[in-house]
Amino acid sequence: MDTAPTTAQEPDEPGSPDLAVSSAEPDRYTEMQASAEFGELRRAQRSFAFPLTVAFIAWYLLYVLLSNYAGGFMGTEVVGNINIAFVFGLAQFLTTFLIAWWYSRHAAAELDPRSEALRTRLEAGE
Amino acid sequence: MTHILAAGAASDHRTLIITLFSVFVAATLGITIWAGRQTKDATDFYAGGRSFTGFQNGLAISGDYMSAASFLGIAGAISLFGYDGFLYSIGFLVAWLVALLLVAEPLRNSGRFTMADVLAHRLKQRPVRTAAGTSTIVVSIFYLLAQMVGAGALVALLLGATGEGSRRWIIGLVGLVMVLYVTIGGMKGTTWVQIVKAVMLIAGTLLITVLVLNKVGWNVSTLLGRAAEASGKGKAFLEPGLQYGKDGTSKLNFISLGLALVLGTAGLPHILIRFYTVPTAKAARKSVNWAIGIIGAFYLMTIALGFGAAALVGPKAIIASNESGNTAAPLLAQEVGGGAGSTGGAVLLAVISAVAFATILAVVAGLTLASSASFAHDLWANVIRKGRTSEKEEILTAKCAAVVIGAISIVLGIFAHRLNAAALVALAFAVAASANLPTILYSLFWKRFTTQGALWSIYGGLVSSVTLVIISPVVSGNPKALFPGMSFDYFPLGNPGLVSIPLGFLLGWLGSLLSKEQPDPRKYAELEVRALTGHGAH
Repeated sequence: MDTAPTTAQEPDEPGSPDLAVSSAEPDRYTEMQASAEFGELRRAQRSFAFPLTVAFIAWYLLYVLLSNYAGGFMGTEVVGNINIAFVFGLAQFLTTFLIAWWYSRHAAAELDPRSEALRTRLEAGE
Repeated sequence: MTHILAAGAASDHRTLIITLFSVFVAATLGITIWAGRQTKDATDFYAGGRSFTGFQNGLAISGDYMSAASFLGIAGAISLFGYDGFLYSIGFLVAWLVALLLVAEPLRNSGRFTMADVLAHRLKQRPVRTAAGTSTIVVSIFYLLAQMVGAGALVALLLGATGEGSRRWIIGLVGLVMVLYVTIGGMKGTTWVQIVKAVMLIAGTLLITVLVLNKVGWNVSTLLGRAAEASGKGKAFLEPGLQYGKDGTSKLNFISLGLALVLGTAGLPHILIRFYTVPTAKAARKSVNWAIGIIGAFYLMTIALGFGAAALVGPKAIIASNESGNTAAPLLAQEVGGGAGSTGGAVLLAVISAVAFATILAVVAGLTLASSASFAHDLWANVIRKGRTSEKEEILTAKCAAVVIGAISIVLGIFAHRLNAAALVALAFAVAASANLPTILYSLFWKRFTTQGALWSIYGGLVSSVTLVIISPVVSGNPKALFPGMSFDYFPLGNPGLVSIPLGFLLGWLGSLLSKEQPDPRKYAELEVRALTGHGAH
């Protein structure tokens, strides 16, 4: 597929030039989009990724705001010269690693099998 | 001004730096020629034949991302401003979660060579490709300019060639090598250059970190204590606020910067095209995971580099060498190697300097490839020639574009050397977050998104962010500005993100709501199904 030349298309029509969509194909996609299995896949993706995105951005902004407006609190020493600001910064690293690991585990268990099954079904219909 | 470094980088040490760097350039050019022989069609040229593994691409992403601004800039910022420098590292890392959770996999599944491929699925392709191509080139040129300015300053300083003539000559050389990487090796060659550079950078940083920690008895608290003491600022050096806590405006500027850093990464064109070099969405996910691990480890080590430089080299010597601290890491290498004048010091200084040059060279090559690919694939093949091009013509156009973009960045790098490199990088992040990210997310996840929404968002984000920078203190109104003699600094913040990012999102939403065009539900169905299942992915 990669070697296919860039095909011509009506300039102002939506659609990528490399799709070579036949008129029947979009209907297959619409059908698939409306199916219960696809709904499950979408839900599994969105209900995980969206709240988590909101959460880690809020957690990061909390850190930015505390650094800005709560200098006294952030300067409190925990152990030796290591203060809360430092621990908070390291915690951002830790949560980033954890979220990446957690998402990958979720994706491998909940998303990959579903997406593979649907892809196989689409390919079988070709 | 440069007596400390000049003493260390006296002629024989300079020879060592030049030798190491020449070995790097020769080896990477060799790889590039080898890769060039295997580059036959457009997929090879733009996407390295999609033949890289998740791990290889993770290394290459890290190589593309850890620019001179992170290596030299963050170490320098920590050594001078203490804790506030560390804040950069955190924003740069957390940003990867946006790419991992929302962008990498659907982009890989539904696109082919550029960011605009994804938008063109469901929107009118000529106007959105024009808009996305324009913003890709603007973001890349700002980023390129920052690296070229940094390269010129660093090279001149380290090689002791402070004369204007040698600086220009060196910028020209950097530009030439990067154009060779891209035109000969395409994405395959450029990816291998990134991989080699990432390994070198990690190894060099690890070596310095181990030596620093060894000096303080492997006790981080001791390191921080000594850094605070040497800084002359005491405990305040370890707390937020030294750089950004002066007044209400600088605190707002800090929020603006934080927002641009965390939302910019997933909109950077040279990062986005990296997801196309692997065969599947799963491999794209794996490469982001590797990148998060590698980049995270690297930024953790910048703590040791920055506080180590403050403790062992001291701010006076750092500022004497470079006002913005850009040479803190090489100076630290010299110090932990045995100090100025010692052989160990000279060798480590040479190694770290060569790593810094390799870093700059690899990053500019990645940027040149991203912008020339977008020019050839989006603007030339699909807008100007309306799809009536052969692959050969498209690749040739991309190579010509790389030469032109290389020439532009050499000229800009020579004439714009008074610009602040860090401000330019943060600007590139802000422009990417304002102009690119909203459209990518809306296209993938919002069924009512329309062409008008995309155009308002891309052009609105682009124009507002660039305009706000022009009327900011970065450009005029103070001694450190680009035009210190003039004052049209009507916007008080150095980073436009706080205004332009929400504006980009708002315009995308408003433009879609007010649009006469009805979004085609079948087109969205196709994009959504392909993005989630990988069906029909190239």
